Amino acid sequence: MSSLPFLPVFLWTDILIYLLLAVILLAVLSIRKHAHLKAPWKSVLQRKRGVISLMILLCYVAVGLLDSFHFRSAIENDKSTEEQHYATEVLAVLDLVIMPLREQVEKTYSAPFATRSFVREMHQADKTQLNYDYAKLQYAGSHLSSEEDKWPDIQATVLSTSAKASILWLLLAITFILLLSKKRNVTWREQTLRMVSGQSRYPLRTVLLMLWLIVMTVWNIAALSVDYHVLGTDKVGQDVLYQSLKSIRTGLVIGTLTTLVMLPLAVSMGIAAGYFRGWIDDVIQYIYTTLNSIPGVLLIAAAVLMLQVYMNNHPENFVTIAERADMRLLFLCIILGVTSWTGLCRILRGETLKLREAEYVLASRALGTGNFNILRRHIMPNLMHIVMIAVVLDFSGLVLAEAVLSYVGVGVDPSMISWGNMINSARLEMARDPVVWWSLTAAFIFMFVLVLAANLFADVVRDAFDPQSQKAA
Amino acid sequence: MTTLLKVTYLTTHIGSETRPVRPVDEISFSVEKGETFALLGESGCGKSMTALSLLRLNPQPVSRIVRGKVELAGQDLLNLSEAEMEHIRGRRIAMIFQEPQSSLNPVLSVGQQIGEALQWHFDINGEALHNRIVELLSSVGIPDPLQRIKAYPHQLSGGMKQRVMIAIALAGEPELLIADEPTTALDVTIQAQILDLLKQIQRDTGMAILLISHDLAVVAQMADHVAVMYAGQIVETAPREDFFQQVNHPYSQKLFEALPTEQKRQQQLTVIKGNVPALDTVFKGCRFVERCDKAITQCDQTPPKWYQDEQQGVRCHLYDPSDNLISDQKQNENAPSVLQSIPFEQKPVLVLDDLQVHFPIKKGLLQRTVGQVRAVDGVNLQLRQAETVALVGESGCGKTTVGKGILQLVKVTGGQVVYHDKVLNKLTNSELRSQRNALQIIFQDPYASMNPRMTVSQVIEEAMLAGPATLNANERTERIVHLLERVGLDAQYKHHYPHEFSGGQRQRICIARALAADPKVLICDEPTSALDVSVQAQILNLLRELQQEFDLSYFFITHNISVVEYLAHRIAVMYLGRIVEQGSRNEILKSPKHPYTQALLAAVPKLEGGTEREVIRLEGELPSPGNPPQGCHFHQRCPKAMAECKTAYPEPTQLSADHEVRCFLY
Repeated sequence: MSSLPFLPVFLWTDILIYLLLAVILLAVLSIRKHAHLKAPWKSVLQRKRGVISLMILLCYVAVGLLDSFHFRSAIENDKSTEEQHYATEVLAVLDLVIMPLREQVEKTYSAPFATRSFVREMHQADKTQLNYDYAKLQYAGSHLSSEEDKWPDIQATVLSTSAKASILWLLLAITFILLLSKKRNVTWREQTLRMVSGQSRYPLRTVLLMLWLIVMTVWNIAALSVDYHVLGTDKVGQDVLYQSLKSIRTGLVIGTLTTLVMLPLAVSMGIAAGYFRGWIDDVIQYIYTTLNSIPGVLLIAAAVLMLQVYMNNHPENFVTIAERADMRLLFLCIILGVTSWTGLCRILRGETLKLREAEYVLASRALGTGNFNILRRHIMPNLMHIVMIAVVLDFSGLVLAEAVLSYVGVGVDPSMISWGNMINSARLEMARDPVVWWSLTAAFIFMFVLVLAANLFADVVRDAFDPQSQKAA
Repeated sequence: MTTLLKVTYLTTHIGSETRPVRPVDEISFSVEKGETFALLGESGCGKSMTALSLLRLNPQPVSRIVRGKVELAGQDLLNLSEAEMEHIRGRRIAMIFQEPQSSLNPVLSVGQQIGEALQWHFDINGEALHNRIVELLSSVGIPDPLQRIKAYPHQLSGGMKQRVMIAIALAGEPELLIADEPTTALDVTIQAQILDLLKQIQRDTGMAILLISHDLAVVAQMADHVAVMYAGQIVETAPREDFFQQVNHPYSQKLFEALPTEQKRQQQLTVIKGNVPALDTVFKGCRFVERCDKAITQCDQTPPKWYQDEQQGVRCHLYDPSDNLISDQKQNENAPSVLQSIPFEQKPVLVLDDLQVHFPIKKGLLQRTVGQVRAVDGVNLQLRQAETVALVGESGCGKTTVGKGILQLVKVTGGQVVYHDKVLNKLTNSELRSQRNALQIIFQDPYASMNPRMTVSQVIEEAMLAGPATLNANERTERIVHLLERVGLDAQYKHHYPHEFSGGQRQRICIARALAADPKVLICDEPTSALDVSVQAQILNLLRELQQEFDLSYFFITHNISVVEYLAHRIAVMYLGRIVEQGSRNEILKSPKHPYTQALLAAVPKLEGGTEREVIRLEGELPSPGNPPQGCHFHQRCPKAMAECKTAYPEPTQLSADHEVRCFLY
């Protein structure tokens, strides 16, 4: 048997994410071939808000994807003939990238950029004396000769990294301009001039500025986080930046997979009820009225507890903790999807009722077009803007719902890092004086940027696909 | 007479400072005390914005009055403060709008809404207020005002609502009433009632009226003085008599020529090429130059001045007194376009045999059917090849439902729709689908009848994909190009979306879609009522050409009698779900027999003849088809009703080979 240095682990949510990614890539390829589909996406990229939000979203997606390639590393083995054993801990590629963050665990709370612990404790100063004060942190600032050097050191690091980052950005920008000018057959001077004066077809100036901002931020944080805890540490001394980064995947998974579960239900049922009327409408209305009148939290709690029992009775199906946590996450997505489709379904039914009487639908029926084609050509495209708005609003709502459910104890597995769990644990510390503010703030900022970028992006996309707001060509 | 309102160089801009849209561009006119001044023009030429600017009600903050003077009996309204304006609006100048439905507050009773206006302007309360409201309601001809005072707008019909709007406007006893298309949303018979009412009020109170309209006939009936607006400017003014005898500006001339009338039956209608120019363009020469046949070189270069002689004025280079250019213009002749005559003996293509469409009224928890709305209640009609049958009647009489019933878009309750020996309402869905393409429809609203998310070529392609003909992709593209060119559109626009086209162009695309299915019968459901006169002429010309080219039969649903005069072979008049009279165009228009037909034709405002006409005025409005009156449906409004009429519905009487009437008089 071959002895790989690692064993790839495919969690259920990983597989679904790969599938989603494949679908998106295929969609992009097919859109590139069709001019009338390509045009609105082009106009998305031609708007400043579009590219800015897209770049931010891509950063999040990149982190989320890196966090979705899981493996178990091999355990050192003396006897090479015997079977290779692997660690029970499942790691992601992201963990390798940010290894220092993961491993530099302090004893307990410490504030951002602190060199000493947040709480006083007894510790031995030398052989005879016991001190009760703020202990020096084990990792943060350990390279400093004295604590007074901290701010000068941070300053120096920021300066040198910023310089390095700017140089890198400059190199990237120059390559970009050269490639572009070659493609367009213009001199690099002209290309630069056009870009700087904002006359290029796409907002390249904005793209480059945003790129510079991203490179600067990422590199600076990376450089600083080697020596300090940029966002502090939590109760058990784990780096909050690490937690925030790991939470990205959980948030994205809950946001996207739940939508995937919800959308087919809501769209198919809503359209069927609105278009066919009669008994189909009655049945669907009864289903969602019934479902709506059961408190969602109860349904979710029941489903998650049932799953918990199943997992306890069949431990052989779940080799690692990560697999258990993942199963729970997937189940949470499904159950959230099943309970949250009713709102969208109701809106779509109402809109379809209106559309089916529209004159263009009547004209289509008079032409003899079949029901399926009418739904596909006339009803669906005219509902897409509602779906798009609902999806984005739900996305942010779901990320928040995850936090609430974690509080009740029926959210994601406690071992899984999520913004919900971070907020939940930070909640307890809000009453402390001085207050432990960094966990909450970090979770808030990461969530806020993601939700804002998603909202802005959806806004631009909706505008682009609305023929009425398109400029006459 | 003294001048009541004097407007000089009024200019209103909308949007950005650098490139504003100028819907009102240096407008000057004056309204005398007690006269009716009509502002005439097509949609989008700035009529309504002018009216709103007079009252400083122009939308804020997007638009602003840039300069000019609006003097009401010597007082400049543009210099007043907003608080002072509140005592001008409603008190000295009142306004009524086109859509009475949306101008009344649905949660306040009629009495409250009139009382509100009264209390704002006068110190009046209690008994006196109540009496005044009743007085106002009866002065606008609302029967039983003591009861109606408590009614809510939804309990009143369209005509009644417009009367209430007029009552509110009269509450402040204004010196000037601005009426912005006051009858456009109403039926002909109701329109006649409202116009009469306005004239009567004017006689009683000596109030001046600023009438805004696109309808030449309404203007002819109402106005003392006429001004024609085009692209934000007044291009011609004249007293009514002079205007209707001799129009000067080429645009006004075109408007008259584009009107479909009986006399123009043997020729194509004149069309005005192109569209009203965008109002944000900076005009170098005359604004009408691109659409004018009489344009001379000056028209391109310098904007025409205003040439005034006594009461008549015109803005056109042709009337420059220093130049004699008028003589060398020759009158262009319209191409003849003869309506084919269809022999009555010919076998019909489409037969409606006792067609009934009833809608159940459902009530209660279990949705039990408690009654029927008899929208269409036994219609017999025949349509021959290449023939146009016009179905006329007031709104709510079931015209459109007949059209939908023919196409099986609504479930037919009883009777038969026979097309080429096939009973369409008895076919199964799949059998019906193979017949679908032969019967097509063109809708009233060209904005709503195309999917906004499909390009023009997709819209037309859909018709080919649904039909029985199997064409490959290339053949389809070829046919789309051919069809677009046939209906007079440039084929290079086939990948554009509907919203990029004007109303007339959209209606052409709808026609192209219908043609793509290769139809034999075309149901035209008020295809031109949403369009301006000049565009209407284009569409009517096109429909006529297509009829001759493809031998199409038209089933033309309309309330516009002048279109019927121009286009129809035969006419059927519908009242409350039944056809009361049908016959050839000549018979119906020249010697209408049914009292309803007579009243309907009399209500149509005419260009010639002026205001002194002997007319039959219909009282009241269309009863509800859910609860039709006993006996003849028309007896309550009929001036010639007899005892018999209250008991039974009259059977059809054959007056000639194809003239049939349902009335006890015959």
